[in-house]
Amino acid sequence: MSSAASAPARPAVAPSSRDPGRPFVEVRNLRRVFDVSKPWLNRVLEGGDRQFLTAVADVSFDIASGETFALVGESGSGKSTVARMVVGLLPATAGEVHIDGVSMTNPAASAERQRLRRRIQMIFQDPYASLNPRWRVDRIVAEPIRAFRLIEGERAIRDRVGDLLGLVGLHPDDGAKYPHEFSGGQRQRIAIARALASDADFIVCDEPTSALDVSVQAQILNLMRDLQDRFGLTFLFISHNLAVVRHMASRIGVMYLGRIVEVSGGHELFAAPKHPYTRMLLDAVPDVAMTGKERIPVKGEIPNPITPPSGCPFNPRCPFANERCRAEVPPLLEGVACHAVHEGRIEKGLVAA
Amino acid sequence: MVDTAIVTSPAPKAPAAALRTRFFDSDLWASFKRSKVTMAAAFVTALFFAAAVLAGVLSPQNPFDPAQLELLNSRVPPLWESGGQAPFLLGTDQQGRDMLSAILYGLRISLVVGVLGVAFSATLGIALGLIAGYFGGAVDTVIMRIADVQLTFQAILIALLIDGVVKSVLGNQLDAGTVLGVLVFSIGLSFWVQYARTVRGSVMVEKNKDYVAAARLIGLPAPVIMVRHVLPNVLGPVLVIATINLALAVITEATLSFLGSGMPQTMPSLGTLIRIGNNFLFSGEWWIVAFPGIALAGLVLAINLLGDWLRDALNPRLR
Amino acid sequence: MTEPVLSVRDLRVEFVTRRGVLKAIDGISFDIARGEVLGVVGESGAGKSVTGAAVIGLIDPPGRIAAGEIRLSGERIDNLKPEAMRRVRGKRIGMIFQDPLTSLNPLYRVGHQLVETIQTHTNLSGAAARKRAIDLLAEVGIPAPERRIDGYPHEFSGGMRQRVVIALALCAEPELIIADEPTTALDVSVQAQIIALLERLGREHGTAIMLITHDMGVIAEAADRVAVMYSGRIAEIGPVRDVVRNPLHPYARGLMGAIPSLASEADRLVQIPGSMPRLSAIPPGCPFNPRCPHAWERCRVDRPEPIQHDVHRVACHLYDANDPSAEARRAQTHPPAEEGVPA
Repeated sequence: MSSAASAPARPAVAPSSRDPGRPFVEVRNLRRVFDVSKPWLNRVLEGGDRQFLTAVADVSFDIASGETFALVGESGSGKSTVARMVVGLLPATAGEVHIDGVSMTNPAASAERQRLRRRIQMIFQDPYASLNPRWRVDRIVAEPIRAFRLIEGERAIRDRVGDLLGLVGLHPDDGAKYPHEFSGGQRQRIAIARALASDADFIVCDEPTSALDVSVQAQILNLMRDLQDRFGLTFLFISHNLAVVRHMASRIGVMYLGRIVEVSGGHELFAAPKHPYTRMLLDAVPDVAMTGKERIPVKGEIPNPITPPSGCPFNPRCPFANERCRAEVPPLLEGVACHAVHEGRIEKGLVAA
Repeated sequence: MVDTAIVTSPAPKAPAAALRTRFFDSDLWASFKRSKVTMAAAFVTALFFAAAVLAGVLSPQNPFDPAQLELLNSRVPPLWESGGQAPFLLGTDQQGRDMLSAILYGLRISLVVGVLGVAFSATLGIALGLIAGYFGGAVDTVIMRIADVQLTFQAILIALLIDGVVKSVLGNQLDAGTVLGVLVFSIGLSFWVQYARTVRGSVMVEKNKDYVAAARLIGLPAPVIMVRHVLPNVLGPVLVIATINLALAVITEATLSFLGSGMPQTMPSLGTLIRIGNNFLFSGEWWIVAFPGIALAGLVLAINLLGDWLRDALNPRLR
Repeated sequence: MTEPVLSVRDLRVEFVTRRGVLKAIDGISFDIARGEVLGVVGESGAGKSVTGAAVIGLIDPPGRIAAGEIRLSGERIDNLKPEAMRRVRGKRIGMIFQDPLTSLNPLYRVGHQLVETIQTHTNLSGAAARKRAIDLLAEVGIPAPERRIDGYPHEFSGGMRQRVVIALALCAEPELIIADEPTTALDVSVQAQIIALLERLGREHGTAIMLITHDMGVIAEAADRVAVMYSGRIAEIGPVRDVVRNPLHPYARGLMGAIPSLASEADRLVQIPGSMPRLSAIPPGCPFNPRCPHAWERCRVDRPEPIQHDVHRVACHLYDANDPSAEARRAQTHPPAEEGVPA
């Protein structure tokens, strides 16, 4: 399995943030803990302890302007929680997020944040729940324009909405319809039109095609890439589908149980995965082209995030785990968070072909 | 180059026409046509409403105008009985009031109180349900506990209580218009809970949906999101509750009037008429209580049947 | 040649609605041999779940089987009375649904549900049934089965629950198992385990498996043959390796190209314009014709019947030996056959 060096990684558009030294999006030590304790009365009567779910333990990464950074992982990895904290939909328990120099996490910066909001948008997983079923499409797409007062005058707004709908491959007259008159793929297009309506340059995509059929997915992914090339958009792309991520992203972070275990360039991750979890994941992906390949059997399942393992979160399933792995959490060094890799115990090489 | 992928239909029909055809095409209308009982109930309800609105035109006399009443005409039996006199189709009461007119005007009063009462309780209930569901936490707990406490009492008792409290504050000799207002207020306050609970449940489901997250993302303040985004999506069940509630409100008003706490004799509702007529039942003048009673029962039954059909027709699970 | 376990001929399933008759399945035919895994793949609305439901007799009004035959080991099962069908279901046909959470009754212990199913379909006594249940749990890979048999469904993780569901489906030694999206609700790493399990069980017990899914990757891993469905018909059916590497039907080709793969180097995914037609608006002729890059007048009028071409059976006029223009058109549009993806 070679293929890595031949195809170029997707080039990032030149950065345009205020401070050229600083990445466009900076996430540092992001953490989110949910209190999932039973109600107080139950605890008193049944004698239980408080329970906490650490959805995101400690996540840090950067995104350069114009690039597509993907967070990939299975359920319980915390990737969706990270996405929501980055855009400010969910408050962080700890850690910082800066977008173009403005803090998303510091409560004092709210005025600046409101100005920044125009430039951040999100595309959600479920096309059936992300559009208000009682609003007409033109009103949905126009909402960011009106909220940020970008255009004055009904006629002008209507024209802009028509342009946006055309941009995503729909007819301008579709604005008069309701969401339920459209298919899943078309609804995602409407969601993309809405995301573009405020001239956003940073778009967080939370599993945007997971609910769509394969052929529709192809249309939407192609559309997103075209729009990125045209408008210089920056994407944070969340997905559990490795093949999709490979197609879309220039850099990829692999998450497991609330931590990033490996960060790597798009094609590099697939050609030379380092972390044992990444290798296991790649091996497990049923892939169309790999018919007849022998698989290394996969052990176990993702542990309960309320009672995570001590030390490295992957240690119960890892064939290379030792005492140190059970005691210490490995730091993210050189793009991998794994003692075995740092200590040279695993031969850094290709996936078994 | 962006691929245009979908061949979408040309411009849609003008919205007005589309709505009409959509309605008559819909499952709701089909379900309505299928049920003879429902069609009858709807017809009867419409009839009652029309009668109430046109009371002034339809009634032979205005029963609230003392100048039109003559004691000579009192206790006249219905037209088809011996002793009946035109124009008193259904007879007269002890004051000489024409029963038909009294019923038509009484119907109007009953419906006014019912509709206004429902409007009041719906508004109050929806607002509280929205707030409780959207904000959750302590606000939710407080509102819901009040609701729970109120539910342990029968609506009638609550209405009586509120009625009594207000009258003790405002004094006992109130004119009929104020009494109407007090009735609307007390009935409204006793029925808000069901709206609030239903709306709260729907709100809690809707607020987790992504379109609400998208609105929050733009930075819209909570009240704007609640009213513009969430409210239209939680109003569905409200129509059903309101319809069934209307029947309940009419009965409650009738009960209150029957007990003497409601509309006075000078501007009687159907309940008041029944109360008055009750006194004359055993002296043989049955028409004074029977006709208002039949009218009330018919109205409530028709509204109830309509409400039942609506609930089943709008229930997505049964479809 | 031994008789196929499942034989479907010209099956038609319709839904009668106020607005007319909707054809969910419009004449499909296929076989599944003993020990074989047939993948039924298609996008939403193609009719694959309806096919599974039809075979197992779970089409409820207003849907009905309008025509065709379904034979299980030679006997017709599509025209059985409900009581007789109920006996067939469970004993001779097992079913695995998508969501393991709702397939198991949360109020009953797993062992109870297994034993109940075993005793319904066999003559085993309580103790023997329990022993068989433990053996089944071990066979599907549940560790410490003698302990876990007394657990409730919520005490199992998602992948484990799906294994229990598979064990339930195997209880009565069915001849055929229908698995409808068995891995869609599971994580990637668990998916691989479940697929491997299904494959192994098919081989070891000789059970025929009908694997319904929209995920082509799962099919490529687990299936021996695959049927690609479109708009209620089978567009192409053949051995999995051949259909995946060299799809003949334009839809199948578009589908393969649209799937992002870990190995392909394409910069753009192949895009099939438009979307599958609604049941109420299926075009005449070939249902794929509005979206097909190679369609010509015949396609808009004539409905293509399945034609044998090599090891594939494909419903496309391009492969009609009796059509004089077919070969030329084929040469124009068919790229040189890829000999498989470069390793």
